[in-house]
Amino acid sequence: MNTTAASTSAANPTVSGEFSRVFKFFLQELKPRGKWLTPFNVISIPVILLGVMIVVYRFMYGLGAVTNLSQQFPWGFWIGFDVITGVALAGGAYVICFTVIVMRIEKYHSILRVTVLNGFLAYLFYSGALLLDLGRPWHIVNPIIGNSFGYNSVMFLVAWHFFVYTVALFLEFSPAIAEWAKVEKLRHVLHKMTLITVILGFTISMLHQSGLGALFLMAKPKIHPLWYTEYLPLLFFTSSVYAGLSMIVFEGTISHKVFGNLIGPKTHHKHDDIVLGLAKGAAITMFVYYFFQAFILLHDPERYKLVTGFWGFWYLFELIGFVLVPCFMYAYAVRNRRVGVVKVAAILTVLGVILNRLNITLIAFNWYATNRYYPSWQEIVVTLMVVFIEVWVFRWFVTRMPVFSKE
Amino acid sequence: MDRRGFLKSSAAIGAAVLPATTSEAEARTSDKEFVGVLVDTTRCIGCRSCEVACSVVNKNFVPDVKTDNALDKVRDTSEKQFTIVNRFETDKGEIFVKKQCMHCWQPACAAACLVNAMVKTKEGPVTWDGDKCMGCRYCMVSCPFDIPKAEYHSTNPRIMKCTMCYERLQAGKKPACVEACPTDTLMFGPKRQLMEVARHRVYSHPDKYVHQIYGENEVGGTGWLYLSAVPFDKIGFRTDLGTTPYPEYTREFLISVPLIEFGVPAFLLTLNTLTDRKKEVREKENDEWTQPGADK
Repeated sequence: MNTTAASTSAANPTVSGEFSRVFKFFLQELKPRGKWLTPFNVISIPVILLGVMIVVYRFMYGLGAVTNLSQQFPWGFWIGFDVITGVALAGGAYVICFTVIVMRIEKYHSILRVTVLNGFLAYLFYSGALLLDLGRPWHIVNPIIGNSFGYNSVMFLVAWHFFVYTVALFLEFSPAIAEWAKVEKLRHVLHKMTLITVILGFTISMLHQSGLGALFLMAKPKIHPLWYTEYLPLLFFTSSVYAGLSMIVFEGTISHKVFGNLIGPKTHHKHDDIVLGLAKGAAITMFVYYFFQAFILLHDPERYKLVTGFWGFWYLFELIGFVLVPCFMYAYAVRNRRVGVVKVAAILTVLGVILNRLNITLIAFNWYATNRYYPSWQEIVVTLMVVFIEVWVFRWFVTRMPVFSKE
Repeated sequence: MDRRGFLKSSAAIGAAVLPATTSEAEARTSDKEFVGVLVDTTRCIGCRSCEVACSVVNKNFVPDVKTDNALDKVRDTSEKQFTIVNRFETDKGEIFVKKQCMHCWQPACAAACLVNAMVKTKEGPVTWDGDKCMGCRYCMVSCPFDIPKAEYHSTNPRIMKCTMCYERLQAGKKPACVEACPTDTLMFGPKRQLMEVARHRVYSHPDKYVHQIYGENEVGGTGWLYLSAVPFDKIGFRTDLGTTPYPEYTREFLISVPLIEFGVPAFLLTLNTLTDRKKEVREKENDEWTQPGADK
């Protein structure tokens, strides 16, 4: 990356002038624009300030001072929701990149940049939230710089792939930044790298999405047997596809309302078709996921007997209420071209993915424990802070850079 | 180089290499074995001398054994105490059970650790290195016995667990708890010897012991072994952990990683080439252009 930038600069004598121009432009663009007292700002600013204070407090007095973590529940809301769920919901980026760049399906080109930006920010913030949760975050470079490689660890794989994928997403988005800063030569180079970064990104997404499931393979005696299966990696990967697609529908709906003025009329008009296409993809993947789950359940007679009592009900509630029902809603909506139904199904699906990930990390984890884990209010405020900061940064990007299609 | 010189030098190289390879082979087949401790719960009187000795050696919280009545409830090890003794009421009377890290043969915590902070030393104890650990607590999630404990109220939290007194072992001493035990409940040694002693006790007193040595095969075998007069689930042991070493559960996934890393990009590049419709369209256009009458 740096070397290509440097070689293009060497050919250009005015590069230092160009650099200072971009830098000044960047500083100028950092300034806020538009109205200050919007409802979103009024809610998010106090939450962010409170969250920052909690984070400072956490680093002064330790994790125990602000979280409800215990020796039995070493992973709480920050891992279970921010990282494990957040990454699954950011799965849209690799699915859309695959569709548009690898399979060359132009229909979804208009949502490519916004999806990649969403993915990049999600990875930056949600896996960045991991830093708050690490007991000794200053050692986070250890697995990267190579003084101690734990090859045997699934966590090692996940850590590396988070890191590489965040860089890959940044590279995939970088042509938009180059366009915004008007550095045409750099944009040209970055644009040429897209196919390679997309293929790399898809591969490592596949591995770390399933890797998040594989993390729990060694927690076999702790996860309720209805949720524990040796196929957890496969289930995590499959569900990340429809989680990502549903999140695109959800975010797209909000974006078209809030940033409608930034989106060209042609794209706006085509959006319903795109939403229905995504819904079709989600319906198929969800059915595949449901089939996997049903297969795992029916394959083992011992497992089938477990579907009783509260946990049996809770399992069916998740699987039927939040997988099968939205799956059929998607299918119905696609057949009858009902965009409104797609949006409801998308929300149900996103809730279902959140429920599934929280079940595995917190709810059905140590299901026999007498002292259950509930997130503290500080953990929830910090999570909201992370989400709100992400939305702020997203807003900054889309109002300045060519993210939405102007056509 | 002439022929004689060549022969000479190759002989010298051979001589230099040979002893090296034999010593390596010797090292591999040396009689050095993983050490462990045998706990005979029928002998324990619940004096908790081991708790005190452990905390003194590891500079942890030293319990006031005489007055704290800690045996009244079932406790767990903590970040302040690496070992504790619990009392269980059974149909064979009160039974006291010491709890600490089991020092698994193939530890889940060490396989979980992405920075090799948690390691199975070649002597047998499982130890933790604070210069490497980044505090992700995946070892705590993975350990089937819930042994690693985090110091949540510290700004530089450590992962706290029994190290089988690794430093004392290196100085040729026994673990502190073993040395402190007044009733020979604890016996330190290589696992092979401990298994012989344990089997001997079970075989010679079949009515005194249940016919099981906890730790022989559990989670693939552990360094600490337990004998009991009652079934192990009656005295606080999990008997549903299986005999598969825990790292095995992630092995297949990890093996598939390099396969996917090379296979999938190749597959995607192929797909991308096959779906190049622009090229197809261009070729078609060219075809039409060359056909007579195509532009009429």
